[in-house]
Amino acid sequence: MEAPNIVIKVENLTKKFGNFIAVNNISFEVYKGEIFGFLGANGAGKSTAMKMLCGLWLPTSGNAKIAGYDIYKETELIKKKIGYMSQKFSLYEDLTVAENIRFYAGIYGLSNQQIEAKTNELLSKLGIEELRNSLIKSLPLGWKQKLAFSVAIIHDPEIVFLDEPTGGVDPITRRQFWDLIYDASNRGVTVFVTTHYMDEAEYCDRISMMVAGKIEALDKPSILKQNYGVSTMDEVFLKLARG
Amino acid sequence: MKRFWGFVHKEFLHIFRDKRTLIILFGMPIIQILLFGYAITNEVRNANIAILDLSKDAVTNSIINKISSSGYFMIYDNLDNLDEIETVFKTGKVKEVIVFESGFAQKLKSNKKAEIQIITDATDPNTGTTLYFYTSNIIKNYQMEINLVQQPFLNIIPEIQARYNPLLKGVYLFVPGLITIILMLVCAMMTSISLTKEKELGSMEVLLASPMKPFLVIISKVIPYLILSLIISTVILLIGHYNFGVPIRGNLILLYLEITLFIITALSLGILISTKAQTQQVALMVSLAGLMLPTILLSGFIFPIENMPLPLQIIAHINPSTYFMIIVRDIMIKGSGLEFLWQETAILIGITLVLIIASIKNFRIRLQ
Repeated sequence: MEAPNIVIKVENLTKKFGNFIAVNNISFEVYKGEIFGFLGANGAGKSTAMKMLCGLWLPTSGNAKIAGYDIYKETELIKKKIGYMSQKFSLYEDLTVAENIRFYAGIYGLSNQQIEAKTNELLSKLGIEELRNSLIKSLPLGWKQKLAFSVAIIHDPEIVFLDEPTGGVDPITRRQFWDLIYDASNRGVTVFVTTHYMDEAEYCDRISMMVAGKIEALDKPSILKQNYGVSTMDEVFLKLARG
Repeated sequence: MKRFWGFVHKEFLHIFRDKRTLIILFGMPIIQILLFGYAITNEVRNANIAILDLSKDAVTNSIINKISSSGYFMIYDNLDNLDEIETVFKTGKVKEVIVFESGFAQKLKSNKKAEIQIITDATDPNTGTTLYFYTSNIIKNYQMEINLVQQPFLNIIPEIQARYNPLLKGVYLFVPGLITIILMLVCAMMTSISLTKEKELGSMEVLLASPMKPFLVIISKVIPYLILSLIISTVILLIGHYNFGVPIRGNLILLYLEITLFIITALSLGILISTKAQTQQVALMVSLAGLMLPTILLSGFIFPIENMPLPLQIIAHINPSTYFMIIVRDIMIKGSGLEFLWQETAILIGITLVLIIASIKNFRIRLQ
């Protein structure tokens, strides 16, 4: 295996809420350009871990470096290098497609010219030039999600964090959504994605399985299946989750 | 700065695209001021009264003339005996009966004293008091006139003067009150809702994960409401002044500085609510019950604070609206300057600082 560029390095990261340990001493590395799946049941600590990596929450203990920056001291620098899409988020319903793009590109500090160019590029790539001035609420959910993802990487981040991005979306749209993820990954963007859909796990380069705050397994999907002697990720997950 | 204005622009788009928000922002203040100004008023005009003149002499006649030509009263009926008083009140046609004792002019001349009885229908105490106040004023004026003509009387005549608002006009009270209520509504309620909306939508997390500083995110969300509130206050002041003749006797710059201060107080209340409330509905309920009711009922706007039971007085005294209402009223109606209002202003600044610190603390906890 070639020596890959490490873009996320996590060491003994822990987050406690009172007596409850949401994230328990996890350590892992993510390499540049890979699609890293963060799997686990609801409440396993996926979102909490991701929020710490995005600089939204401070860890209780442990260390992490994102794009080479420290998550305690250099959150402002980290925020410029990352994109984030939360599980509920799908743009502002009462703004048009172009206004949403302009707003998010604006808060990442893109210039007017850059925003104009990015807007055109994004719309033509998704093939929705005619929807430029449509309100988001008039679009089907699938389109909203795809747009939300495109907007999350509008400032060409090094890493994009996706927190259950495909919740409530039908399998076909989910597949199309993953095409966008592959495309971003091919351009060198590192994708860190949490999900509890096991079919999505198969699309990832490597996955980690979180159970009750701990990482129970971390490897390529094919190797994990082999190790556990099963044929689907579903079965891997069930074996791990049941202990 | 460009980021900041982009954000403010987006916030304005939200406001102007939402019809309900627009109605609350602009429709409500105007409807309320017109309602308060025209319909809900305790001024009395052309109130029907009855006269029971047991004397029917020159003096009673001229007093009755003064009363009927004052514009406040219409003489609906002339009664013949005391028994009719109860009946005429029961019919509900008159609000007041004035009784002159028999031999009025003569007693006045010989005893230097004659009695007039003013009976009001106090089913509605406010109207009753107002009518009594008007009537006794007219009679006193008359008394002064005859005192000037004849040699002075030796009895003590209290002279009532309702300073700053001689006609006891209700709008004088309602305009400052309305500005307070509307600012509370727009700033605290609307900002708490719009901030929790971002939370509910999940976009708050996205914003906080962006390079935009959390402090700036909040500021740019509330700036539009500050601007709109200033515009709305101006509209209320203009309608109050030009349509209802409410004076603005004090310094206009001071008035606007105080309005801005209170807007900041209300905005920080809104922010504080939004750091606690998880959904827009909770934010709405908390703002309505926790802010609107005290602003309307426990700020001295409708009920005098001195008459409240102690627990309510305490609430009224930590309620920023109480102080702001005094400030606006005094600047507008009395023309007071900061030398009289520095205490209220200082308290308001204090409350605001506490609220801002509490919001920042709560916000930090959420981020940890």
